[in-house]
Amino acid sequence: MTSHSQRSDGPRRQSDGNAPEASRDGQAGQAGARVRFVRRGRAEDAPPLRDDPAPRWQPALLILLLWFLVWMATKGSDTLALQGRDQTGIMHALNDFRDSMLRGRDTNPVMRLSGTIADGFRGLVAWLQRLISIPAAPRPVPEIGWLGVTVVATWIGYAVANWRIALLVLGTFVSYGAFGYWSDSMDLLIIVGISVLVCVLIGVPLGILAGTSRRANAVIEPVLDLLQTMPTFVYLLPIVLFFGIGSASAVVATVLYAAPPLIRIAAHGIRSVPPTMLEVGQSLGQTRAQQLRKIQIPMAKRTIIVGLNQTTMAALSMATIASFVDGPGLGKPVLAGLRINDVGTALIPGLLIVATAIMLDRATTAASERADVIARGGGLPARVHRGILLGGAVVTLGALYLSRLMFWAAQFTDHGWGRRLAEVTDHAVDSATAAMSPITSGIKDGISYAFLNPLQDFIAESPWWLAFAGIAALAFVLGGWRALAPAVVCLAGMRALGEWHNAMITLAMTLVATVMCMALAVVIGVAMARRGSVDLAIRPILDAGQTIPAFVYLVPVLALFGPSRFTGIVAALAYAAPVSIKLVADGVKGVSATTMEAARASGASRMQQIRLVQLPMARSALVLATNQGLLFVLAMAVIAGMVGAGALGYEVVLGSSRSEEWGKGAAAGMTIVLLGILLDRIARRAAGPAPEGTRWFPVLRRRGH
Amino acid sequence: MTTDSALKVRGLWKIFGPKAERLIGTPDAALSRKDLQAKSGHVIGVRDVSFDVAPGEVFVVMGLSGSGKSTLVRLLTRLIEPTAGSVHLDGIDLTGMDENALREVRRRKVSMVFQHFGLLPHRKVIDNVGFGLEVRGEGKTARRVRAQDMIDLVGLSGYEQNFPDQLSGGMQQRVGLARALAGDPAVLMFDEPFSALDPLIRRDMQKEVIRLHHEVGKTMVFITHDLDEALKLGDRILIMRDGEIVQIGPPDEIIAAPADDYVKDFVADVNKSHVLTLRWVMRPPDSPDEGVGAPTLPQSTIVREAARTVLAHQGVVRVVDADDKFVGVVDDEDILRVVVAEQDA
Amino acid sequence: MKVTTTRPLGALAAVAAVALVATACGGGDIKKAEASNSAASSSAAGKKCATINMAVNPWVSYEASAYVVGEVAKTKLGCQVNYKELKEDVSWQGFGTGEVDVVIEDWGHPDLEKKFMKDKGGDGSAIAGGPNGNKGIIHWYVPPWLATEHPDILDYQNLNKYADQFKTSESGGKGQFLGSDPSYVQFDEAIISNLKLNFKVVFSGGEAASLEAFKKAEANKEWLIGYFWEPQYLFADVPLKAVKLPPFTAGCQDDPAKVACDYPDTILQKVFSSKWAGQADDAGVALMKKFQWDNEDQNVVAKYIAVDKMKPEDAAKKWIDANPDKVNAWLS
Repeated sequence: MTSHSQRSDGPRRQSDGNAPEASRDGQAGQAGARVRFVRRGRAEDAPPLRDDPAPRWQPALLILLLWFLVWMATKGSDTLALQGRDQTGIMHALNDFRDSMLRGRDTNPVMRLSGTIADGFRGLVAWLQRLISIPAAPRPVPEIGWLGVTVVATWIGYAVANWRIALLVLGTFVSYGAFGYWSDSMDLLIIVGISVLVCVLIGVPLGILAGTSRRANAVIEPVLDLLQTMPTFVYLLPIVLFFGIGSASAVVATVLYAAPPLIRIAAHGIRSVPPTMLEVGQSLGQTRAQQLRKIQIPMAKRTIIVGLNQTTMAALSMATIASFVDGPGLGKPVLAGLRINDVGTALIPGLLIVATAIMLDRATTAASERADVIARGGGLPARVHRGILLGGAVVTLGALYLSRLMFWAAQFTDHGWGRRLAEVTDHAVDSATAAMSPITSGIKDGISYAFLNPLQDFIAESPWWLAFAGIAALAFVLGGWRALAPAVVCLAGMRALGEWHNAMITLAMTLVATVMCMALAVVIGVAMARRGSVDLAIRPILDAGQTIPAFVYLVPVLALFGPSRFTGIVAALAYAAPVSIKLVADGVKGVSATTMEAARASGASRMQQIRLVQLPMARSALVLATNQGLLFVLAMAVIAGMVGAGALGYEVVLGSSRSEEWGKGAAAGMTIVLLGILLDRIARRAAGPAPEGTRWFPVLRRRGH
Repeated sequence: MTTDSALKVRGLWKIFGPKAERLIGTPDAALSRKDLQAKSGHVIGVRDVSFDVAPGEVFVVMGLSGSGKSTLVRLLTRLIEPTAGSVHLDGIDLTGMDENALREVRRRKVSMVFQHFGLLPHRKVIDNVGFGLEVRGEGKTARRVRAQDMIDLVGLSGYEQNFPDQLSGGMQQRVGLARALAGDPAVLMFDEPFSALDPLIRRDMQKEVIRLHHEVGKTMVFITHDLDEALKLGDRILIMRDGEIVQIGPPDEIIAAPADDYVKDFVADVNKSHVLTLRWVMRPPDSPDEGVGAPTLPQSTIVREAARTVLAHQGVVRVVDADDKFVGVVDDEDILRVVVAEQDA
Repeated sequence: MKVTTTRPLGALAAVAAVALVATACGGGDIKKAEASNSAASSSAAGKKCATINMAVNPWVSYEASAYVVGEVAKTKLGCQVNYKELKEDVSWQGFGTGEVDVVIEDWGHPDLEKKFMKDKGGDGSAIAGGPNGNKGIIHWYVPPWLATEHPDILDYQNLNKYADQFKTSESGGKGQFLGSDPSYVQFDEAIISNLKLNFKVVFSGGEAASLEAFKKAEANKEWLIGYFWEPQYLFADVPLKAVKLPPFTAGCQDDPAKVACDYPDTILQKVFSSKWAGQADDAGVALMKKFQWDNEDQNVVAKYIAVDKMKPEDAAKKWIDANPDKVNAWLS
């Protein structure tokens, strides 16, 4: 999955909803790991088990050796490097396509349809904005002022969840205003709200369809795969073409990004309804419709709500990114901060986004749990609850009334706290980066010269046919026929798109970044798994790292490392590492206590415990973490392009900012997608079958659930 | 018997596999399960099964796991589509029915109790019990009233508003029972309903089924792998193995006259005195006057129950059939042979 | 579930409705402002003002111009002004869809003009709005310390001599030349190859990154050469020195692949949506057409925004209050 925020806690959440398939997969993986470990312990040369007739790294090494030998003789030729503004035929064709679509804005049926949809969304967003976010002329303020909105939101928080959620909502809304971002925050909530609504309207029926019909699933599944391996920035390009800049594109992009998890999880929920239940219904003579309505949907409801929660989180992160195409919301001040190179200015709206994420996550979860509690007769006595609600309604009424009449209740007085905090932060970051930059340049140069440059020389300076053959051969050796076929298709596509050289550079960066990501994941993940206190300290940082928009930390990273590929790698790490770390930590933590006890009893040292027991047994988690790491890193290729990493990411940025390069950008975007599929398929096959749903979504972890 | 049987099954087959229909009638169909699977990849679930169940009868299908008994019970209501053969329920042919008609039968004529209860976790007890009524479109009040009656009948009064996961396993299966009864079906099917329960609770539930059978008098088809359960509940027992019928008969006949070694093995450890009737231990009288003046017992008396009378009396005891006709005599030795053999075993 | 959520939401709708109705009749200071607003907009010298969609391209000096003229339109004319943060190309595309009305600082986009301006053969959605008074200067620059220590570096012919000094991990054995935001008008790759310079272009990605790089280079006395431009508030703190390239001659940039000359000084232009600009008697249109200021004015406001960290609206307001005569000239 690609973009801004998948979370590793997905699997755990999913299994809440009764997921026999997923857990069976998990157990199979664990069991395999266990057997393998035991065997290895007995005899070093024992043949590997399962479908591993021979160690796969041996032929792989042989291929690399051959590749190297041919490379020595041919390097630098046929690399298909594009000079500056060169374009290939396919890029021109894409440009022409774009031009013809634009010219046909009023005649082409597709463009007219997308135009109509865009107008609809724009109108709806504008209406809601006038309601709560921007002045509704001739009023100098929105129809409902901050006090009204805040109290209403708090009251809803109480009504659907509990008083703790109400307090959280209150705090979040007040901080929107107190830090001076009321209007942007409301805009963000509007975009997220509309997008989630559309996601539900489209996603739940599609999910149910995919869950009940094998044939529909065969169509839906690959589309979801594609959407989820596509970096977000890549699809902003065509979306803007069809829906124009602004709120409509923001909504469409957000829906495309956020709906897949809901569809997937809803389908999974429907499929996980035990067959006995369906048989019960059949034995009572129910129709298909009754089966769906009375058994499958109610039983999948909890799972679907988990999906809804993940979709909300995804929508939030995408709505932030949509500020690149003038989507309204908190992403805009973040971008503005980036433009004037001011971490402080970017950080506060960034933190408000995190606060929003926490609020939405907790509120939706609590609301879904509350329904159960109430149904089982828990919670406050109904009469007391109703009384509080009624009292709240009266207060709400008053607040709404005031916020329509009085300026103080309609418009937040800006006390300048936000600005002062921004200044302090900015100063702190400035002096920190100034002090650290000699060290960090050293790190950058070290890694660039030692790993990045040689690897890039090797991959990108190979003639294209050599790299093509080498990668295809590796795919075959590592993953067999089922990896070779997609690999060849992807490679051929990349070759045809004309961005081969850049693709190879991006590949080199991605590999280096993934290795670094996994190194971090293993070291930190194991530490977290072994010590609760480390976990407690680090997990919130990881949560924030996953929610905060990437371009917030771009400024200090840039200051530390300068515009370079390494900066791109660091930005990618900041984005990808939290997920991988969590996956590894949870995987290692999942190793049974009995096994660990046995290891300790047989006198294993701490390093031996980690090396011989915990890591091998967490193998499936490690594999998953690597796969996720790869895709996440690749998803950041475009961001990396903005900070001097060049290659494919740069071409996408170029294409989105210069009209004559649009075709090139589109070709580069498609190349990123192909590269993602290529890596994903090889990694998946190489590691054996991956568990269902390899993309997991942002869930802020709550303890003790 | 055939015309007014509650359930009439003739030549029922189920073969799993892509071209199952074509196998029927070919020599391949006569192959053993293992051979057929090796040869064509088809698996025989049920092979050529025929039987009748009388109205009000408790008919037990017994077999070990894999014997095809669960498949058989599903074939009876076409939850699994039969490959060949026919099923008549209350005189109606189910096998030729279209979806709608079949649905109507399932809604009104037959219902099922499942091994793992199959309760809907999101519904309260009362709504689970009323589920079948809801499916067939009955109004809320009517089904609540009926559901409440059924809950009272199975002894769950007071738990109407609970959710299934708040109940013990035995109570959950009572809900399953109540749900099956709510639709007032002609036939009740039980698919190993008590195998997931503790032994003690299982015994309670078996008593409950016997009680309900006395009270509501439904025809019941009861699947089990537990011979004791089969002997305790069944008016007649069908023993299955590898998808085929091995023997059909009343419990005492199964014990006393096992059809083959398989059944003999099966029943070897059973408390015969609890099952065997005098019919199986008596000997023909030497003369029509033998034991005149001695106590008389019907031949359907279970050995264990007859023991006191026989042992208390010096000499033989007379045994009569259903028409009070003198058919045989038993003495102490006949009784002790059964009881002592049991204790040796 | 039904009891707990549907009912409160229903109740909420009722509450909201009651509140909205209740305020229809009532006093309060917002009511007064609203009344005076409607009065103002209907009485403003008989002139109306349509909503203005102002593109805000991604560099600070642009932002300064956009917000100053935007705030004037807002506060003096009562126009509704929407600021849209967009890159140049996207802004131009917005003319046709009505999403953008004004680009206040255009550095010259022959390709876009060809596509969108009628007289250049385009679809006619864009129309030239005349110069905005700023002069755009693009050059290759080095930090001041470098110009002082190696004065001869300011001639391109000596650049190869120093190429090794400019080498970085990113430049593949050649000297590094720092390009900027991909959306800016840049010909550096062509210039380098056509002048046979031993350099490689590495793109910083944006204004902030280039700025940061030059600031750091001056502070730490690092070797750096790159694309930069004026007006830019950085020059107040770090007066970058331009490197002399073969002078610009008319037509020397026509073929992007063959460019071997310096960038021309550009008279920065305003570009409007023709539909919006075609509205007769619109106060906002008149203001945008009249708006002009010079590089110094712009740098002042840009510095308020970027260095003093003022919100663009506040920065604009500060300048407007301090320069009433210039503002009034636009309004007359």
